[in-house]
Amino acid sequence: MTTATFRIWRGTGNEGSWEEYPVEISEGMVVLDAIHAIQTEHANDLAVRWNCKAGKCGSCSAEINGNPRLMCMTRMETIDTSQPVTVEPLRAFPRVRDLVTDVSVNFRMKKSVTPFTPRKPDAADGTWRMKQEDVDRVQEFRKCIECFLCQDVCHVLRDHHKHDEFIGPRHFVYNAALEMHPLDVADRTSDLKKRDGIGYCNITKCCTAVCPEHIKITDNAIIPLKERVVDEFYDPLTRLFRIFMPKKQEPAATPEEIGKVIDG
Amino acid sequence: MSSYQTHEFDVLVIGAGGAGLRAAIEASGAGQSVGLVCKSLLGKAHTVMAEGGMAAAMGNSDDRDDWSTHFADTMRGGQYLNDWRMAELHAKEAPARVRELEAWGAVFDRTKDGKINQRNFGGHKYRRLAHVGDRTGLEMIRTLQDHGIHQGFEVFMEYTVVELLKDGDRIAGAFAYERNHGRFHLFKAKSVIIATGGVGRCYKITSNSWEGTGDGHALAYRAGATMRDMEFLQFHPTGMVWPPSVRGILVTEGVRGEGGILQNSEGRRFMFDDIPDAYTHQTADNEDEGWRYIIGDKEARRPPELLTRDHVARCIVREVREGRGSPHGGVFLNIHWIKEQLKDGSEHIKKKLPSMYHQFMELGGVDITKESMEVGPTTHYVMGGIQVDSETQMSIVPGLFAAGECAGGLHGANRLGGNSLSDLVVFGKRAGEYAAKYAADQSMPTIDAGRIEEIERHALRPFETDGDGENPFEIQHDLQNMMQERAGIVRTEENLSFALDALVGLRERASRASAYDNRDYNPGWHTALDLDNLLDVSEMIVRSAIERRESRGGHFHDDYPQKCEQHGTWNTVITMTGDGSMQRAEQQIPAIREDLQSIIEENQK
Repeated sequence: MTTATFRIWRGTGNEGSWEEYPVEISEGMVVLDAIHAIQTEHANDLAVRWNCKAGKCGSCSAEINGNPRLMCMTRMETIDTSQPVTVEPLRAFPRVRDLVTDVSVNFRMKKSVTPFTPRKPDAADGTWRMKQEDVDRVQEFRKCIECFLCQDVCHVLRDHHKHDEFIGPRHFVYNAALEMHPLDVADRTSDLKKRDGIGYCNITKCCTAVCPEHIKITDNAIIPLKERVVDEFYDPLTRLFRIFMPKKQEPAATPEEIGKVIDG
Repeated sequence: MSSYQTHEFDVLVIGAGGAGLRAAIEASGAGQSVGLVCKSLLGKAHTVMAEGGMAAAMGNSDDRDDWSTHFADTMRGGQYLNDWRMAELHAKEAPARVRELEAWGAVFDRTKDGKINQRNFGGHKYRRLAHVGDRTGLEMIRTLQDHGIHQGFEVFMEYTVVELLKDGDRIAGAFAYERNHGRFHLFKAKSVIIATGGVGRCYKITSNSWEGTGDGHALAYRAGATMRDMEFLQFHPTGMVWPPSVRGILVTEGVRGEGGILQNSEGRRFMFDDIPDAYTHQTADNEDEGWRYIIGDKEARRPPELLTRDHVARCIVREVREGRGSPHGGVFLNIHWIKEQLKDGSEHIKKKLPSMYHQFMELGGVDITKESMEVGPTTHYVMGGIQVDSETQMSIVPGLFAAGECAGGLHGANRLGGNSLSDLVVFGKRAGEYAAKYAADQSMPTIDAGRIEEIERHALRPFETDGDGENPFEIQHDLQNMMQERAGIVRTEENLSFALDALVGLRERASRASAYDNRDYNPGWHTALDLDNLLDVSEMIVRSAIERRESRGGHFHDDYPQKCEQHGTWNTVITMTGDGSMQRAEQQIPAIREDLQSIIEENQK
């Protein structure tokens, strides 16, 4: 059994300081275990947000030695414990207390995105058919556990604080999941360009690097969305067409049709 | 002294997992104003942890399936202590709830002809579980969340309810604190739906997250509701056992559904050694037949690894007890052997079980495409819960509803895998519908200010212990260790009596649990408050278990290892008496409808 020193940000709002705590390290331990040990033994009031402790809920995001990580999926074996291990709250969001930040802006960002809008049911039994190969890429995006590490690391939010003009990598992934859904017929391209600030992303791929679900955020979500924006707004032919012929959109299912799908 | 903010809603939903979200969507759709209070951030509830799938007799992967077989499977799995009407409604309505999720944007895995694919699972006769790899719960909660945020209900994230309020006999709302700053909030409501999930945190080894402290069970009990079947806990047979820090984390039954086998230290597939009579006619008697079933041969019967969870868990305990366990006290779960059968076996495993692959790789350093997993039982689910009306989900307290894991009845003595996700949406919808109907006929209740002061004083007590305070985390750990040891998977009269006494001492210590510093996001304080609920629920479990002198489903009594027919005629019920003490009684199971009885008999052949 070895002992490691943890240097943890303690404080309310922006007021606070670094505190050091010793933790006994046992086999297979993760950083979240160390935080819990500190909470039990030294600081009952140490604030930390967590739920599943299995990398599935995305609650325990923090910066460990400066790297945005899930605390429950960071094994102590992967960390150099000859130096104090620093754990601090995410930097892209306002601090609440200790390791907890106010991530509510993400929920507001998501709500602004046009929700799923399915096309009319077109199979003989009144429902839809989808091929596995057509849903594979959407399923990649739907693995997202909303840990917001990608939002945290993105310089547009982290350094430039463009939270009002830029919805960030998580919500581009959300847009991509909707836009590439085989049943969806809504068009979010104009919002992506004008409201959601996709142009701010200069594809440095920091978001992809920190994603615990290994979603290829930049290559598979953001770049294809940028291409849609370019096609629609910057391609001279499309622009010309748009003046004379508004974009033709496939009709969405009516509530009655959806009701029939459900009742079977 | 009272200082709190007041909110008024027609319907208040407590809990935002699958059941709570589905209820809120339904009640909002019915035109009622709805508030949704949840202990964590939206989308983080324990539903995200559900892996294998959602049981619904859609017949996409096997056209022989229909609701009646699903009903019979559920009743057999529950050892006939189920509320048969709930089991019927569940089997009939689950397919519509799956299609509804698809219409709201869920992306299930597909069959070759483009329909929703269905997989094998324990206790289900046919391929029945709609799924998305091994992250079906995440798909469900995200779909309900993303749809729900546009339905007009108001969400209160990181709020914890400390007590329900009543106006005479009927429900009147709830009193809560918000986590960030510890401020109090009064929610006045005409009807309240409890959808708070499970109680796993009463035990040391559990697959449940920190939230699973039985809040809804305890709140409803203290508000006068009846609890049923609380002796029945599901110990999921396959939790991780090594390293210690991950002990208890779930390993999906989907591993066995995809062909995973259980082996002891001698390499023997021990599940063939003990097949219960009720299942011999539908269980394979050799390895070849088991594999043929996995790959969809309709003539083949299920491999014994897909027997019900209660039975598989007990077989694992037997192997470990008799000295044939793995190095860290479990057994081996082997999926890599399918490479002998499938040439792209490794890829198949990664495609079908991606999160299991990552979970073992990252947390255990084990490559499941090459090595076996070490697994053992983990406290996973409570079959017991708030007793509700089968159709409406209302408890005996007028206006108080319950849905999902915190409600009892559907699963009887043991739940089949995959029946939980379907339970959430089938009965979440029903609770929302009937709570909205109930609220529409009611006026806003009156709140007793004195009662609120009392609750508030009690909630702040941890800050006022001077000198003799106890560390709430230590009390919680001691409770969990005690319950694990004395009221866990194998029970004895002696241990259960010990537990009952131990709970008295723990309650006394909990009354001195202390918190310090301020009320901003203070886990010490929150843990101190959760103790009341954990203790109430633990007592329900122990009192119910001690009087069931037989072994059935999730309740295994070492002094009475056999099932007793006589005990199959009643359910345990728990109520609070006038003086605040807990009372246990037996309630006769109502006679089953004849047509349903014939379905059960038909399926026994």
